[in-house]
Amino acid sequence: MTETDVKVVYKRPLGFTDRTTHYCPGCTHGVAHRLIAEVLEEMGELNNTIGVAPVGCAVFAYNYFNFDFVEAAHGRAPAMATGIKRTLPNKIVFTYQGDGDLASMGMGEIVAAAARGEHFTVIFINNTNYGMTGGQMAPTTLPGQKTSSSPLGRDVETQGYPIRTAELLATLDGAAFVARRSLHDARSIRNAKRAIRTAFEAQKQGLGFSMIELLSICPTNWGLKTAAARTWLAEHMLPYYPVGDFKVSTAVSEMKIGGN
Amino acid sequence: MALELIKGNIAVAEAAMRAGLVSYFGYPITPQTELLEHLSARMPELGRAFVQAESELGAINMVYGAACTGLRAMTSSSSPGISLMQEGLSYLAGTELPAVIVDVVRGGPGLGNIAPSQADYTQVVHGGGHGEYHLIVLAPASVQEAVDLTTMAFDIAEKYRMVVCLLLDGFIGQMMEPVELPEFKPVRTTPPAWAIGSPDSKGQVVLTSINIDPPTQERFNVKMMTRWQEVEKNEVRYKGYFLDDAEYVVISYGTAGRISLSAVRASREQGLKIGLVRPISLSPFPAKVVDELADRVKGFLVVEMSNGQMLDDIISIVARRVPVEFYGRMGGMVPYPDEISKAIDSLVNGKHDVNIDARAEWLAGLRELVGTGE
Repeated sequence: MTETDVKVVYKRPLGFTDRTTHYCPGCTHGVAHRLIAEVLEEMGELNNTIGVAPVGCAVFAYNYFNFDFVEAAHGRAPAMATGIKRTLPNKIVFTYQGDGDLASMGMGEIVAAAARGEHFTVIFINNTNYGMTGGQMAPTTLPGQKTSSSPLGRDVETQGYPIRTAELLATLDGAAFVARRSLHDARSIRNAKRAIRTAFEAQKQGLGFSMIELLSICPTNWGLKTAAARTWLAEHMLPYYPVGDFKVSTAVSEMKIGGN
Repeated sequence: MALELIKGNIAVAEAAMRAGLVSYFGYPITPQTELLEHLSARMPELGRAFVQAESELGAINMVYGAACTGLRAMTSSSSPGISLMQEGLSYLAGTELPAVIVDVVRGGPGLGNIAPSQADYTQVVHGGGHGEYHLIVLAPASVQEAVDLTTMAFDIAEKYRMVVCLLLDGFIGQMMEPVELPEFKPVRTTPPAWAIGSPDSKGQVVLTSINIDPPTQERFNVKMMTRWQEVEKNEVRYKGYFLDDAEYVVISYGTAGRISLSAVRASREQGLKIGLVRPISLSPFPAKVVDELADRVKGFLVVEMSNGQMLDDIISIVARRVPVEFYGRMGGMVPYPDEISKAIDSLVNGKHDVNIDARAEWLAGLRELVGTGE
């Protein structure tokens, strides 16, 4: 018998706990969590990071990461992160927020934090609905999209238009790096990871506020199987929410990223 | 150290710095704004955190984040701003975090006005936020007392991991008085073991107010209520005046308490045996002294710059053993000593029984005095 070389190509990130997920089958929250854990591991910042969990499906995000976490009131994560980062400026601080949390309840807090150029990172999950409460209309719900609180489809005449958060925050001078990525296929996920890395690096180097909007699927509340949900994202969300870098400050564009 | 003539708001701001304040977050609102203005210069000067927040909601949630580090954090506001902060206060309590908030109370309800009031008693003493929790509430009657209580507030907040509210009224905030400021205390900059970002914690620290499993939430609430019993045992503060031989006792706090003292002194000069209880801790309330007095005095007069928010607590303690009467002014109006003297005379000379509706009697008199605005 000859010995076969065994190489580990895929393992649990060091920043993760060994715990069964509470997220629905097919949900991309797990992918987003993993990307954050991988980036912080590669940067060597796992023991220096504080996360701020939102109110929404990710309310228990701290169960899956093994570094320090706090749990914000609905929408207030950017204010809480401000308090933490201003008090402990050498820590890496990030908020993890959904679209109801960030773009509805917490729009005041996120805009103010970005305008102040707070040195933390925001991971923003856009799945076009309120996942935790059962799929109600969110600020990000697409025109015509049916949800449990827009049963006939979002009527823009009475229910208004979706908010393009990345584009909105990119107008603020305090924002150093604002980008949108998608989690619907492997290639997009790799691109998302690179953007998350850039955001955390910008924070580490003290360059200002950073936010990555991640287009995500919600198979349960969309009433679609996972593969169909991915297709729905590509066909309906990407045209309305294009991926791209909406704000790259000069300092961020000149930033050198070590490691991978 | 020499006495300095300082405005209440600035004295509290400076006392907080000297107590080792690490992070301050606030929003401008009259009659509190000088506190924020003073710290906007002083905190950065000493390399400490200062943020003028986007709103009181922002400010209290910044305090929430900063308090999770276990380092000294504070905000200040006035009544409408404190209403906005109630969400955050409930979360701070539900996460067992120490913090200090200053409420420089103004006339209400609604936008009201910017004149001194005590109408926030109910929202801070009995909790304006959701769920079962208590704030520790301290009410000074002078600028010096405000300075002393500010110093103490941070220690008490840390001892019990609770929010301490310094309840000033617009008078204390705006008034200039000679004060002696304390020396600078050493500033703690390393989070304690229970806090986030601590070098001393064993493993992951998660600070949250969520207990999704009801039995767990109930056990947590039992723990909090048990800790509150400790606070009630250790942290009751009041000042008694002329109580030894008192036949009637006035109960009043803060600026109203100070004005009541003038009226009580005037009564003493007339030979009336009147005493005064001035609660300093409104929460925990000095219930024991009122309870004991109820067994030996002939009646009480409660005086407040509100519609009798503390009155209900006194009525419940006295439990109809002797008459409890009330005098108050509302909406930013401050009583003169002679108004209180008149109320004392009415208590002493009236023939009121224990079943009197104190608030109705008072309101009838006030309606006659100021009208109904119709």
